[in-house]
Amino acid sequence: MKTLLVAFASGALFGGGLVLSGMTDPRRIQAFLALTDAWDPSLLLVMGAAVAVHALVLRLDARRAAPAASTPPSGKIDKRLILGAGIFGVGWGLTGYCPGPAVVSAGAVQLPAIIFIIAMIAGMALYHLLWARLQSGSSSSSETGLPSNRASTIIDI
Amino acid sequence: MFSEILGGALIGLGASLAWVGARRIAGVSGLMGTLFSGNWQRSIFPLAFLGGLLLSGVVLRGVSTFGSAPVPIWILALGGVLVGFGTQLGSGCTSGHGVCGVSRFSLRSIVATLVFVGAGMLTATLVALRGGS
Repeated sequence: MKTLLVAFASGALFGGGLVLSGMTDPRRIQAFLALTDAWDPSLLLVMGAAVAVHALVLRLDARRAAPAASTPPSGKIDKRLILGAGIFGVGWGLTGYCPGPAVVSAGAVQLPAIIFIIAMIAGMALYHLLWARLQSGSSSSSETGLPSNRASTIIDI
Repeated sequence: MFSEILGGALIGLGASLAWVGARRIAGVSGLMGTLFSGNWQRSIFPLAFLGGLLLSGVVLRGVSTFGSAPVPIWILALGGVLVGFGTQLGSGCTSGHGVCGVSRFSLRSIVATLVFVGAGMLTATLVALRGGS
């Protein structure tokens, strides 16, 4: 029950921040990403503020929690990371949507965001149901197929 | 300027609550990816987090910061597939790598963030130049 409440509240806070900061407006995302005369760097402030607050809380938390709980993951910088981030960036630049703001915009019944999310889930399914299985089938190396126990702990960072 | 900083601070607080309260990384693509694991025990947090995200959109739908880029449907679909596949292959998106990972000074996340911002800038710049907008 506590997990449920924490998850719901953190999602709502996170989403409220995305709306307030302007991250849910794809036009602003594209104005930030497109290096034209109309370049708008103000979204850098969003990431700056989010990282400042989160890094501070993590530092305070590490003082009272077991050190292991806050140790950054020591995964390698490999082809998967670079290629995946590159593919994601192309999709982000094309549409102005990344996953978080797209979900919030779907809640606000924005039709383009809903179309985007359906396609995004298809892309995720393509990876998990096809790609990852093909990779783990053709090779037993932990480089190509992330073991599920490891995936659950370092999935994002 | 203040709304960007205040909004960013709220995003940081949301990510902090997820970590301090449940020891979970508030990465949206990572949490969505967990739903494909078939592990329902670990899927409770992602489902409730996504519910909170959706609710914030429902509640704030009157706020004028929602807007649509004039993007054709096939571009939305193509971009969606790329974002879905890319975030799973690269283990994270703007929230997971860009906010949570960078806050931990994870070298992987810093590199990933530079790569996806760079690729996004290249793509959006080409689109803007071709579209003449």
